Amino acid sequence: MSLSLLLQNIANGLSLGSLYALIAIGYTMVYGILRLINFAHGEIFMLAPYFLYFGFLIFHLPWWVSVVIAIALTSLTGMLTEKIAYRPLRDAPRVSVLISAIGVSFFLQNLAIVVFSGIPKSVHRPKFFTKIFQLGDIRIQSTLFASIGISIIVLSLLIYIVYRTKTGLAMRAISTDIETSRLMGIEVNKAISVTFIIGSALAAVGGILWSQRFPQLFPTMGMIPGLKAFIAAVVGGIGSIPGAMFGGFILGMSEILFVTFFPGSSGYRDAFVFLILILILLFKPDGILGKKVQEKV
Amino acid sequence: MMKRQNAKVFTILALIVLSILVYLAQNKLDPYQIRILNLGAIYVTLGVSLNLIYGFTGQFSLGHAGFMAIGAYVTALLVLPPYYKEMIFILEPLAWPFTVIHAPFLIALLCSGLMAALAAFLIGLPVLRLKGDYLGIATLGFAEIIRVIANNLPHITNGALGIKGIPEFTNLWWTVGVAVVTIYIIKGLVHSSYGRALMAIRENEIAAEVIGINLTYHKVMSFTISAFFAGVAGGLFACLLTTIDPKAFMFIMTYNILIVLVLGGLGSITGTVIAAFLYNFLLEYLRPIEAGFQIGPIVFPAIPGLRMVTFSVVLLVLIIYKQSGLMGGFEFSWQAFFQFVNKLFTKKKPTEGSTS
Repeated sequence: MSLSLLLQNIANGLSLGSLYALIAIGYTMVYGILRLINFAHGEIFMLAPYFLYFGFLIFHLPWWVSVVIAIALTSLTGMLTEKIAYRPLRDAPRVSVLISAIGVSFFLQNLAIVVFSGIPKSVHRPKFFTKIFQLGDIRIQSTLFASIGISIIVLSLLIYIVYRTKTGLAMRAISTDIETSRLMGIEVNKAISVTFIIGSALAAVGGILWSQRFPQLFPTMGMIPGLKAFIAAVVGGIGSIPGAMFGGFILGMSEILFVTFFPGSSGYRDAFVFLILILILLFKPDGILGKKVQEKV
Repeated sequence: MMKRQNAKVFTILALIVLSILVYLAQNKLDPYQIRILNLGAIYVTLGVSLNLIYGFTGQFSLGHAGFMAIGAYVTALLVLPPYYKEMIFILEPLAWPFTVIHAPFLIALLCSGLMAALAAFLIGLPVLRLKGDYLGIATLGFAEIIRVIANNLPHITNGALGIKGIPEFTNLWWTVGVAVVTIYIIKGLVHSSYGRALMAIRENEIAAEVIGINLTYHKVMSFTISAFFAGVAGGLFACLLTTIDPKAFMFIMTYNILIVLVLGGLGSITGTVIAAFLYNFLLEYLRPIEAGFQIGPIVFPAIPGLRMVTFSVVLLVLIIYKQSGLMGGFEFSWQAFFQFVNKLFTKKKPTEGSTS
């Protein structure tokens, strides 16, 4: 294999990884705080490009305005799902909340079929995303740079919020101990709402970038990326934000490189991803950057 | 107090009543209704088997769709006559042993269960060391790997095309029969010393280990038995739908079983049975909602997806208002049943007594 092809694929892997990282953060933040696998996160991810599609093509808003509105609406949806479906179950058995999340996932997916119809829709791609750069032998679409660049900006912003602001402090306190945080006067519900807003906004950015890379919309498009991003979160150590980013990049990279080196068995690409997950879990059960939890009797 | 002997007599009586009901249903109901009941009974088998590993042993397993897939493919390959198999494998010719093997339905079902159990044994040995959600996601991963493999082995599974024209052997006698046998075996297991060990593991793994319970042995046993019944249910499923492909066994399938289990109440076999039928009735009888209908002059157009929207709303409401499931941890027993009946008929007496 030529070096340029390898470099090309590494760039591909990085860009796919950055998208996984964006989605994985929503999973990891919610898990860190509520110990809930938010199965509806993939559907939140799917909603953003649809909102964008409708804002731009049906209501004829400028593209950038539609993007902002789409992200805002997606965050709102994320916040509302928590308020309606998870908050009443805060003291319920954990598996009941999980079922509630599956219910929300069914609901959003089928609501999308009802409202947006199940027929796939093609995505408008602004010139900014379709420009092609020629670096020697390598041809790189600007989507690639855009997804990596935007992810880095967004993720830095996130790190600032979580580690340098009061809300971030509250979120971290809750993830350590929700009861004590409540006693300390932290407004738990508000912080949880903020968590969902941030997680959903990141998923929205991820979803819009995803739709620029794979320009087709359909109501079940969130399922597989959602599952893989969740795996990325687990691989990185669920509950850890740097872990989710790291896991996302590892997953995107290994997926692309697997197909590069074994083009004959590209059908097994998803199986390979799961195999990585299982191997990492077996040898490092808390993920790569996860905290070790000591078990007591 | 009721004697154990009496309980046995009542159980046998109930089974006789059940078989009369099955006989009537099989002969009097239309094929659509029979199909719903069949699905319900298959979900009972699936739910009760998942209940063994999750509800009673406390090991969060999301691998049921994978074990079902194994069962479905094994049954399909065994019950189809060789000449027919040659005809449908158009992508690549069928691999050797399957071109000649042909077995009756019962044998095929047993083989399905055994193959699924074997897979579970091999998967379970390393994976069951994991705990909680990690175990769930690892087993989910294995189920997806099984599905991806099914998609990529055209000379065994016919790849993404799936296998069509499987003979429709499944009827209510099979589905209800398998469900009853599953309940009988798993209930027996739960009430044996093994079952106590499993529940001890669920309550506290370290404490269970300290009192001398072999964790790996019990967990793997529970996982393997659970997968066996999932495999059998997969076989029934294949011969009910008559066509299978890898897409039918995506992780949504596992979610469905998990919903049945939690809706019924974790650790309650009674709850699982009720929820399994309720779930399928609900899914099917909500169909008219999206079919489009007419009330007087107003025509409601058909809206695809509306059925599942309604269904998910019902599901959310149920889980929010019945947080530990319909039955909680409650289990049916003849003793409780007769106490309940007694209470119904002697309702007036205590109130008269209290006034005096």
